Amino acid sequence: MTQTTDKLIIGGREFTSRLMVGTGKYASFEQTARALEMSGAEIITVAVRRINLDRSKESLLDYIDLKKYTLLPNTAGCYTAEDAVRTCRLAREAGMSDFVKLEVLGDEKTLFPDNEELLKAARILVAEGFTVLPYCSDDVIVCKKLEDLGCAAVMPLGAPIGSGLGIRNPYNIRIILESVSVPVIVDAGVGSASDAAIAMELGCAGVLMNTAIAGARDPIAMAEAMKLAVIAGRLSFKAGRIPRKLYANASSPLDGLIG
Amino acid sequence: MQIILNGDSVETMDNCTVAALLQQLGISRERVAVELNADIVPKIGYEKQLLVDGDKIEIVHFVGGG
Repeated sequence: MTQTTDKLIIGGREFTSRLMVGTGKYASFEQTARALEMSGAEIITVAVRRINLDRSKESLLDYIDLKKYTLLPNTAGCYTAEDAVRTCRLAREAGMSDFVKLEVLGDEKTLFPDNEELLKAARILVAEGFTVLPYCSDDVIVCKKLEDLGCAAVMPLGAPIGSGLGIRNPYNIRIILESVSVPVIVDAGVGSASDAAIAMELGCAGVLMNTAIAGARDPIAMAEAMKLAVIAGRLSFKAGRIPRKLYANASSPLDGLIG
Repeated sequence: MQIILNGDSVETMDNCTVAALLQQLGISRERVAVELNADIVPKIGYEKQLLVDGDKIEIVHFVGGG
């Protein structure tokens, strides 16, 4: 299966790249643009904030070719369904797209999702025609409820946002993968390329990350590493790994040994 | 008259529309969204939508985020 035939479909739209990246925390807009380019991502997240009335300052979108990327506005910083829904409505008006990364946070220290408020917001947004990609706990019950509400994907966390701890509970991710039919995208927690590959090898449809790239010593190089890791992990999943065995199994023939 | 723009009190001309406010601020309408007293003003309504004293306006756009 080549990359060209193995498409990711979300909300009726086709994507070739399975790596989604955030645009926060970079040293400069130039660096953001170069990292996005190297990542090969087609979906990039953005936040919705008050405009700076001092127009001498440049904005992120001055550096990003909107023909190349699908913007996925997030609701970062929202702690209630009401605030998240309001932010999504503003995002749709500003971006003219229905795609939203819905996050409703429960706690500043962990940035874990408030699943109750998340479900409430998802219900409203789906009814209003949004394509909802919710950031949620790695909890199969919540994921199934989000799917039932009509979300276009589910995005369970691998570990806390920005923690770089990797996929802390691969078994939960596996259960989610077996239980929902919408794309499962690991969002948050990835620290290194191997973490991204693990998510893909589990069978996830994609991986979304920001800090792992933007916070790396060399974000441009890490963006490329993540691109390759996601491709490698996907191919590895599709190829089907060998079963784990406790003892050795020789690769060279035993026949014809000298002596 | 005074309006509350992104949380700050700002002086604008009387009979100011949303379109006129954006022009006064030098903001292009393409990549922003405008809320008037917590309701979104659709872009097609910018010319017609008059502001009155004390209105609360939010103008938002996209910034880097994860």
